[in-house]
Amino acid sequence: MTEPLIRIEGIAKRYTGRGGAAATVFEDIHFGIDPGEFVCLIGHSGCGKTTILNILAGLEPATAGYVFVGGREIGGPSLDRAVIFQSHALMPWLTVMGNIAFAVTSRWPGWSKARVRDHCQEYIDLVNLTGAEKKRPSELSGGMKQRVGIARALAIRPSMLLMDEPFSALDALTRGMLQEEVLRICAETRQTVFMITHDVDEAILLGDKIILMTNGPHAKIAEIVVNTLPRNRNRHDLHRHPHYYRIRNHLIEFLVDRSRAFSEESAAGGYESRNPPLTRPGLDEGLSGVSGIPAARPPKPMVVVAK
Amino acid sequence: MGWRAPALSVLLFLLFVGVWHAATLPTAAERTVDAEYAKLVGAAAATGQKSSFPAPADVAGKIWTHLKEPFYDKGPNDKGIGIQLAYSLARVLAGYLLAALVAIPIGFLIGMSPLVYRALDPFIQVLKPISPLAWMPLALFTLKDSGVSAVFVIFICSLWPMLINTAFGVAAVRREWLNVAKTLEVGPLRKAFRVILPAAAPTIMTGMRISIGIAWLVIVADEMLVGGTGIGYFVWNEWNNLSITNILTAILAIGLVGMVLDLMLARLTRLVTFPE
Repeated sequence: MTEPLIRIEGIAKRYTGRGGAAATVFEDIHFGIDPGEFVCLIGHSGCGKTTILNILAGLEPATAGYVFVGGREIGGPSLDRAVIFQSHALMPWLTVMGNIAFAVTSRWPGWSKARVRDHCQEYIDLVNLTGAEKKRPSELSGGMKQRVGIARALAIRPSMLLMDEPFSALDALTRGMLQEEVLRICAETRQTVFMITHDVDEAILLGDKIILMTNGPHAKIAEIVVNTLPRNRNRHDLHRHPHYYRIRNHLIEFLVDRSRAFSEESAAGGYESRNPPLTRPGLDEGLSGVSGIPAARPPKPMVVVAK
Repeated sequence: MGWRAPALSVLLFLLFVGVWHAATLPTAAERTVDAEYAKLVGAAAATGQKSSFPAPADVAGKIWTHLKEPFYDKGPNDKGIGIQLAYSLARVLAGYLLAALVAIPIGFLIGMSPLVYRALDPFIQVLKPISPLAWMPLALFTLKDSGVSAVFVIFICSLWPMLINTAFGVAAVRREWLNVAKTLEVGPLRKAFRVILPAAAPTIMTGMRISIGIAWLVIVADEMLVGGTGIGYFVWNEWNNLSITNILTAILAIGLVGMVLDLMLARLTRLVTFPE
């Protein structure tokens, strides 16, 4: 087995409340991300999704456990792991070009002004913001701001992109457009991505793997769903694929019922937090929730537990 | 709306001048005073033909003479109003800039470190409400120079608003911008100058604007105490000369200069303010 780009081993977050009682947000989180993989983490609010992302980014320490990148334990934030923040986090006193150039000159302090400008321009063009270089964030729409955030993160050529619900503050139309663009950019650049979301469709569209997290406190990874839809998926005919509703129903069923009652389910045995089950609901004939969708493949085992 | 507000301003001004003019009209009533005293103060004052408070026309005339020759220098007690204002401005700028040099770096430290904030807070709370003039005797005693003491008083009164606003502005820099700097592995100096300073600049500038206002308020009392030169000294000297017209001219000049200082700082504040 190849070494994943990023490996999370048993991280946990606990807060000491009043009177010394520790409140555990999540614990025993194990997973890995392979190079070029797009991994989504889905779960209800309060299960510590953002905290996990912040730990991966190095912005917050974990109470227990380790995060390894390329086999080495991380010791803080790094230019190798770029973050796209939920609130875009652009600096309002800088232009679009200035915001991206700030990141680029942080990455390569020795670069000449012309080289920095050319490099920034390349990424401004990539996110379709050509012509808006001299605008300030206050003059941009929410979607355009998030595009700048994406360009800023990609411009430093990180080995890993961390996205914290990047589209949750946008309207549905803009969100859809940006999701497609992220899909296109990631396909072009083979970027490794870890994304937090609470949107099931977004997870199915973007994620190669979808990590399901149970509700907090004491949140855990319940299972890792492998997205069996082809990698060149797009928003328009995604729902026509026979796997789509199977995966979608599986995810919704998890979010509605199982995320709450997972502790009972796992107590029944067979669950190991070190190796959360890897499932492929897309291949499960029995789960086809919408009638009239023909089975695409011959029957296969319902749940494949890897390793 | 565009022209009505200025028109109203002009109207109010004319009304004010009119009332003033009417109030200072010569009274015909004969007044009997001691003949000796009448000789001493001059016939006009003794008979009450002319009000002792100058009429608007007198003040306007005085302003005109000052405007014609603002920079004359006829010895230590007779200098043009322009020269006096220049002395005052020099003192204010010296004390104010010194205060900025001290307050902004310390404010940065306080804003960045909760420990330093808590350690320095009691001192600031005690020192802040002290009238700057209360420091004057201490300054005269230790610095042994009235000119330096005057600047020190300006320094101490400009210090607090800048210090407190800088600390507040730096502490209030959004966590997300600091997180961006962190994930970009930005060094401490670059973070201070490229992230924290621009983010806190509007708040710092507001503190600087409050400070220049206070410094200009304090300079008059400061110079009345110290004496020698400056607009405050000029006012006190003209009080001793019983020249109300000169005092009124100086009051107007103080107001105008204060307004210009405030406008300049407001302009600078706008330059560093960013729309969200």
